[in-house]
Amino acid sequence: MMTTIGVLALQGDFREHIEMLKKCKVNTAEIRLPEDLKDIDGLIIPGGESTVMGNLMQRHNLGREIIKKHKSGMAVYGTCAGAILLAKDILGSRQPRLNLLDISIKRNDYGRQIDSFESELKIEGIGNFSGIFIRAPVIEKVNKGVKVLSRLNSKPVLVQKENVLASTFHPELTRDKRVHEYFVRLVRKKFMIGV
Amino acid sequence: MNQKVYKFRQIVCRRGFKIQKGTFLLKKGLAEMLKGGVIMDVVNAEHAKIAEKAGAVAVMALERVPADIRKAGGVARMADPLKIKEIMSSVTIPVMAKCRIGHIAEARVLEALGVDYIDESEVLTPADDRHISKQDFKVPFVCGARNLGEALRRISEGAAMIRTKGEAGTGNIIEAVKHIRCINEEIDLLQNLSQKELNEKAKEYRVPFHLLLAAKKLKRLPVVNFAAGGVATPADAALMMLLGCDGIFVGSGIFKSQKPYETAKAVVEATTHFDRPQLIAKISAGLGEPMKGLDIKELEIRLQERGN
Repeated sequence: MMTTIGVLALQGDFREHIEMLKKCKVNTAEIRLPEDLKDIDGLIIPGGESTVMGNLMQRHNLGREIIKKHKSGMAVYGTCAGAILLAKDILGSRQPRLNLLDISIKRNDYGRQIDSFESELKIEGIGNFSGIFIRAPVIEKVNKGVKVLSRLNSKPVLVQKENVLASTFHPELTRDKRVHEYFVRLVRKKFMIGV
Repeated sequence: MNQKVYKFRQIVCRRGFKIQKGTFLLKKGLAEMLKGGVIMDVVNAEHAKIAEKAGAVAVMALERVPADIRKAGGVARMADPLKIKEIMSSVTIPVMAKCRIGHIAEARVLEALGVDYIDESEVLTPADDRHISKQDFKVPFVCGARNLGEALRRISEGAAMIRTKGEAGTGNIIEAVKHIRCINEEIDLLQNLSQKELNEKAKEYRVPFHLLLAAKKLKRLPVVNFAAGGVATPADAALMMLLGCDGIFVGSGIFKSQKPYETAKAVVEATTHFDRPQLIAKISAGLGEPMKGLDIKELEIRLQERGN
């Protein structure tokens, strides 16, 4: 059976993720309400505004359904705002979140838009990659079991725990599909969670 | 690209990796992050917080909303920096601000303040009949457009985001609808043109050929395109999304309505779920009076005619 990966389409750059997934030759779906989650094997939470997505997720119980689905094995990948929503601890904020990854993250910590930047990255298992950071958060701390796959100036920018992946940069804005392919492999691996 | 601009884009960080700032990809990228969202006009910190809580993806810091600009008359200028700073420090979402068309100094002030996006806007009184060369700035710009030529001219000047002009401050959606329809139809028309005809079209529009070609290939503008100018209800927002806009600007529509918070929240939800009418029916119920609005035929000034 073909793998289907959903992209949370409440707000943000979901179109770019969908285009990238199509290049990875998987089925895609736009996720806006709980019933959309039914047939997907993995979920990407795109870049956007984490407060907006968090709020909209609460309104139709979508957040709760995502957590439930993840507990039964669905892999999740969050970019930028998506990484914030996955984090357990958002420094200085009580905004809604999914709490699926044991990291501490700080919003907009590089500064405002004029401080947004592009930088070359080295990613474990992938190699050199062009990192695009837009009003990006900074991962301040990773707790036990979270693997750091890439760092910039000693701060983690791509982290993974089992089938949860989070990046503070935007691979979907490049033409390079290697990070997405990495996630597709994670989706297909079907980790057993909580066993 | 001039020397000064080149310099700040090439900064070498400690680790030896090259870091680039202010690139077009980063400017366009922020707009991509705003897609599917609602950007709301606010005139003070209190409004900004209400907008943020209701789910605004960004706020536009202003001296007054367009409906009040219309009423006040006179010359409309960039907002007081004190006000912009107050709004910037009250929310965590991006803050945009407007400068007059062609007013390079106002734009530089806004950049120095650290706003996240500048709207070179026809809502303010123009300072020139030419637009700003926006590629000279590190901060991204959004500009209004009524048709494909106008949109591509703004992009060729460096705009990283486009919005319909509509007719701001009227709460009347007709002009915004006409503008997005015009852009869509003109892009459709490109599909059947030969190379030679495309060349002529680029000349007619006064735009670089490669931008016209990009619009043809993508079947949309090469940057994010929002709706603006006349959105007043959740259904207005859904209408503009159905017509292919990437997101919504609401000016007077929120804080000139009877229940601003509820209206804002409903417009946000209608923008996300634009394709689900039953849901929009539910969230539109009991919102009270929307802003009163104006008939386009009775207007003394048509803001959309400023800047071309």
